[in-house]
Amino acid sequence: MSHDMSEEKLPEHRGSEGHEVAVHDDPFADPGLPPHEVRRTDIDERAARRAERQVALLFTVSMLATIGFIASYVVFPIDQIVFIWPFGHVSSLNFALGTTLGAALFCIGAGAVHWARTLMSDVEVADERHPIEAPEDVRAKVISDFKAGAEESGFGRRKLLRNTLIGSMALVPLSGVVLLRDLGPLPGKKLEHTGWDAATPAKPIKLVSMNTDEPLKAEDVTVGSLVFAKPQGLSEASEGFQQAIAKDAVMLVRIAPEDIKDRPSREMGFDGILAFSKICTHVGCPISLYEQQTHHVLCPCHQSTFDLSDGARVIFGPAGHPLPQLKIKTDADGNLIATGDFNAPVGPSYWERA
Amino acid sequence: MKKLSARRRHPLAALVVLLFALAATGGLYAAFAPAGTAQADSSSQSLAIEEGKKLYAVGCSSCHGLNGQGGTDGPSLVGVGSAAVDFQVGTGRMPAQQPGAQVPAKKNIYSQAQIDQLAAYVASFGPGPVAPTKDQYDTAKGDVSAGGELFRTNCAQCHNFAGKGGALTHGKYAPALDNTSPKHIYEAMQTGPQNMPAFPDSVMPEKQKRDIVAFVRHTAEAPSPGGMDLGSLGPVTEGLFGWIFGLGALIAVAIWVAAHTSKAKKS
Repeated sequence: MSHDMSEEKLPEHRGSEGHEVAVHDDPFADPGLPPHEVRRTDIDERAARRAERQVALLFTVSMLATIGFIASYVVFPIDQIVFIWPFGHVSSLNFALGTTLGAALFCIGAGAVHWARTLMSDVEVADERHPIEAPEDVRAKVISDFKAGAEESGFGRRKLLRNTLIGSMALVPLSGVVLLRDLGPLPGKKLEHTGWDAATPAKPIKLVSMNTDEPLKAEDVTVGSLVFAKPQGLSEASEGFQQAIAKDAVMLVRIAPEDIKDRPSREMGFDGILAFSKICTHVGCPISLYEQQTHHVLCPCHQSTFDLSDGARVIFGPAGHPLPQLKIKTDADGNLIATGDFNAPVGPSYWERA
Repeated sequence: MKKLSARRRHPLAALVVLLFALAATGGLYAAFAPAGTAQADSSSQSLAIEEGKKLYAVGCSSCHGLNGQGGTDGPSLVGVGSAAVDFQVGTGRMPAQQPGAQVPAKKNIYSQAQIDQLAAYVASFGPGPVAPTKDQYDTAKGDVSAGGELFRTNCAQCHNFAGKGGALTHGKYAPALDNTSPKHIYEAMQTGPQNMPAFPDSVMPEKQKRDIVAFVRHTAEAPSPGGMDLGSLGPVTEGLFGWIFGLGALIAVAIWVAAHTSKAKKS
């Protein structure tokens, strides 16, 4: 019994040491409600009338503010900028609409609170709990009624009706289950490929600048520069552009070839021009915060950092894979072309990813 | 004619012919030579390079080397062009105060004439981007809305959608563009200072640069209809402001209401 509380510390034993502690016979008895105290508005009719006027005033201010809102909407021009301390330069229309609507809502709330605190009854009321269970005779009647109903319906006797009813009820939810098919079809190989997949050595796809919409030439991309590219034929006006560019976006940088540490990566580029996916491999944010001296690319969402001079290796942050790289070369006219897809699926990791 | 013909074997005839030929060549050269102004220009240019060389020796050579070849403390300046010098010195970044993650902008101590002389000298190391003319960065001629689209594609990832700047790796940052002059914005795009990538004319033509300059200046100068922009950082600061000041005011009102009893007998 070593973990029991020491009995000497209990209040009854303190008395022997000369410090008397008053202990009730039942320390857990319900003390009941404190006596009700009246408010000034309960006993002073003038105070009550004043409170009434205050509440009415608040509601009136709210009405005026609403009228003010409508008036400001009509009066203030949409492009007028004024200086209001401490907000600085602000549109007069925005400011007037916000202030009047705020005042209208606040005054309704303040009036309601003031009304409840001063004029509505604040007498404490206690309701005793009662058992939830129904009385015995009511329960007996419900049970006998149910039995009579079951007997009259013939549910137990007419087995054909019963079984077909159960069958129909069991089948109804299947409609909902069939609709779950709309979650599919399974993506299959779709996640592994982008728009660049259509490129082959025989039919390469040109890299087109996002800025000029013109095919990019190798000499256009100077050391230290950054340019974004898309596959030729993908136009901003075309349907599904957003879905396509979310996978096809390419970030082109040129690094002096002797600074590229990763040889396979260097060989996938052309004379130091490297093409990487613009989509972070963590959760797929567009990523292009490129530092041309350190060759780092930072993702603004979760600070994953990739080293483009080292095969876009992850050097910081939660990303699990290096950025996919697109193998590029030049055609006879010096245009940059791709002859295949990225070397890895773009975007975040997924279950079936190899 | 006979007289002339009779003296054709005179010992001095060859000398006379030679003098005639020389005079004809000189005269023809004087008539067809390139205009004299070009000569004057090149001499003022070489004068600027001379002056720039002196300024360079004092302010730059300790890090970038006596001939711009670079060293352990500073990169080579061969091929950076006059635009890079005009940007780096004009924004006060160069001469740098101390090494570090990034050289900050500070007060510029050179006059524009001195910067031009320095730029002329550094440009003589090798060909590079040339400082733009006024027309190239004239915000009045730029298309603000096209510039906005280009800005969001090429610049906003680091400099924020409203040009307020942002953090990069290891203490580096993209500076705010609020107080950057049109010329310096243009030059930064041309040359890619420090860790900023360059956007040469081959991937971002001059007109697009002018549009971007127009957009950046418009965004910096146009008043915000919403009042306080809270750093234009978007939902983070706006949410924080709402939670602290909006909810804070509501809690203060609730406490004030509860602290004032309506009972007749104050306890």
